[in-house]
Amino acid sequence: MKRINAPLDRETALSLKAGDRVLLSGYIYTSRDAGHKRMCEALQNGEELPIDLNDSVIYYVGPTPAKQGEVIGSAGPTTSGRMDAYAPTLMEKGLRGMIGKGERSLEVVKAMQKYGCVYFGAIGGAGALLSQCVKENTPIAYEDLGAEALCRLYVEDMPLTVVIDASGNNLYKTGRENYLNK
Amino acid sequence: MREIDVKLIKEKIENLCIEANLYLPSDITKALDLCYKNEDGALAKDILGDIIENYTLAESHKIPVCQDTGLACVFLEIGQDVHFVGGDLTDAVNDGVRAGYEKGYLRKSVVCDPVLRGNTGDNTPAMLYTEIVKGDKVKITVAPKGFGSENMSQIKMLKPSDGIDGIKNFVLKVIEEAGPNPCPPMVVGVGIGGTFDKCALLAKKALLRPIDTENQIPFYADLEKELLEKINKTGIGPQGFGGKTTAIGVNIETMPTHIAGMPCAVNISCHVTRHKFEVI
Ligand code: SF4
Repeated sequence: MKRINAPLDRETALSLKAGDRVLLSGYIYTSRDAGHKRMCEALQNGEELPIDLNDSVIYYVGPTPAKQGEVIGSAGPTTSGRMDAYAPTLMEKGLRGMIGKGERSLEVVKAMQKYGCVYFGAIGGAGALLSQCVKENTPIAYEDLGAEALCRLYVEDMPLTVVIDASGNNLYKTGRENYLNK
Repeated sequence: MREIDVKLIKEKIENLCIEANLYLPSDITKALDLCYKNEDGALAKDILGDIIENYTLAESHKIPVCQDTGLACVFLEIGQDVHFVGGDLTDAVNDGVRAGYEKGYLRKSVVCDPVLRGNTGDNTPAMLYTEIVKGDKVKITVAPKGFGSENMSQIKMLKPSDGIDGIKNFVLKVIEEAGPNPCPPMVVGVGIGGTFDKCALLAKKALLRPIDTENQIPFYADLEKELLEKINKTGIGPQGFGGKTTAIGVNIETMPTHIAGMPCAVNISCHVTRHKFEVI
């Protein structure tokens, strides 16, 4: 398995291919529906974002509350399609990687090719396993959104699969075809 | 007449909410273990291996199996000789859910209005289903339902002339459209018959039945097997990355219907199909 780091530089992003299994370490951000809406509204109004999107990786997650002494609760990915409307705007501002589960729209894939962005799948429903990779969890903004607040995570060896690469290859299509052609 | 204090209902539901979210039922874990053995693609096997490690970790570290700890679906089968005392039954159910989701560090995923939104902050109200049955006991089932899979569910008012093929085609269409979104491997609940609403309820109830059991009518038991085989031939595979294991179970429930209809509902669930019951 390939080891990669976040923030994710453009060169590494472009070298990843759909179907690659990787272990991600470094700082990533959490955001989902309401957080994305706020970031895009802020950009529309010409306001500064609370985070630097350059080469950033965003994890679509709404974890369970952390118990005392723990960094985070169960923390698996949520369905990415709901962020499709916002993702291209964030890529334009430097977003380099997205972590979630499920299909993306054609617009998102086009934007990924244009800006050099990668879509990673974390295993949906593996919240307990993924929580073990999270070593730090710092709220950054939108704390009023509860489970949807924008946080910075430090992750170590987070197991991911490249689902859609920056050339537009899609494992959801090729994986199935490979299986059917067997 | 047997009197039951609703406080007992509250306590039981509180515990069931927590346990359902930490421990997967054994029919699900057994099926996952078996699929892991049978899967031959490297990536598919890897993914199933991680899924197995996940439920094992959840159990040993007492972390919710999945972060979507769901809407709390609560089913009460109430014996007709039971008389509840000590307060309001619905309040007791919601008190139980509130306490369980707080104490168990479970995620609060309920909004108070479908359009205007706004998190209720305590995962209430529960989705409460009551049924009056014979006897003086109460069966309480808690089934937290995540929405990644719930959102992929569909219902169709088929015509009687669509026949069995109409049903098969519809179920497979729903699976195709769901693809990777409901965190495959899935569990598929199918309801056939009744009215529009009863049919959907049948599909939901089908998800409560262990997947290592079959429909008591041989015709539908065969259909369960056939559909499972067909679903696993789609190649969607674990997480939609391709493979043999797209579903680990198909459960069908049926009931009588109108001469002019053949409703069919498909309630999709995931490898984190949770339910826990207790009889008091
Ligand atoms: S579909 Fe199931 S496994 Fe996936 S996030 Fe929802 S509850 Fe969890």
